[in-house]
Amino acid sequence: MDLALLAQLNQERAARRAAVLVTDLQNHTQRLVLEAELARDPLSSLLSDALRMGKSGVVESEGHKVFLTVQAPVLRIIAVGAVHISQALVPMAKQLGHDVIIVDPREAFASPERFPDVTIHAEWPDIVLPRLGADRYTAYILLTHDPKIDDAALVFALKSDAFYIGALGSRKTHGKRVERLQALGFDEQAIKRIHAPIGLNIGAISPAEIALSILGEITSKLRLKPDGTKIGH
Amino acid sequence: MLATDDDLLKQAETWRREGRGVALATVVETWGSAPRPVGSHLVIDGEGTFMGSVSGGCVEGAVVTEALDVIESGTPKLLEFGIADETAWKVGLSCGGRISVYVEKVN
Repeated sequence: MDLALLAQLNQERAARRAAVLVTDLQNHTQRLVLEAELARDPLSSLLSDALRMGKSGVVESEGHKVFLTVQAPVLRIIAVGAVHISQALVPMAKQLGHDVIIVDPREAFASPERFPDVTIHAEWPDIVLPRLGADRYTAYILLTHDPKIDDAALVFALKSDAFYIGALGSRKTHGKRVERLQALGFDEQAIKRIHAPIGLNIGAISPAEIALSILGEITSKLRLKPDGTKIGH
Repeated sequence: MLATDDDLLKQAETWRREGRGVALATVVETWGSAPRPVGSHLVIDGEGTFMGSVSGGCVEGAVVTEALDVIESGTPKLLEFGIADETAWKVGLSCGGRISVYVEKVN
């Protein structure tokens, strides 16, 4: 592989753009297909299938075995609420290979002392979230317990392509949240996208356990089809 | 922190820019209960230093040896590991699966 090709692949990932590296396993030729060029590529339909599945693999092309290295953007977790759970979640999410961004307008919470080595925005969600942008590789987790802050983020998240939206709070709290969202005009289908109470039911009590249950739920959303079977099997 | 296979590609680029000989090994096919999924990488430098995994430890030693060859020759190799290949490779996957690994030099 040429260093220039490898560098370009890494550059595309850093810019959160999908790309597929096409390697002919027989004659060893290689090319990089960017998301924007996908439609014009001779292997267009094979490449877009692979990209949709997020799966690398061997395909046959004109009698040659060709390996597709599929590169989808790194998953990004936008945590609204610079709370104790978020502090526990940051290192765990990093282990899983996800990027984390912390958003909380309360500066006492969103401080670098409490969150070293992670991007923090001490601003209101309705201001900062549109600026951060949203794609289908983004998960939103709303953890402040404060409707003023969480709702502002939810309104944006529900209009985005985010693959996961979770909100902290009991069933009762969520019931009130649903009423507020309905009053804002969100229908049942939109509201059903919210995972609440947030996280897998593992009896979590401590902040770290709750962080684990949230990341478990995000992983399941990523790896399982709606019927509970594994994607790609 | 090298959590994902994407980080390993970054590692490969960094090592190459430092002037090291670098090979990239990628799991391209698996059959049966293979320990690491297709697309998993192992990055190897000319000294035999490696990061990542293609089998969770079963065949990494053999892949590193082959990678040093590839760094030397510049010619990519397609390797196969599995129970059936034990005589050829003297290493095998304890899980009974079979994997195919593509090893290429970063030029």
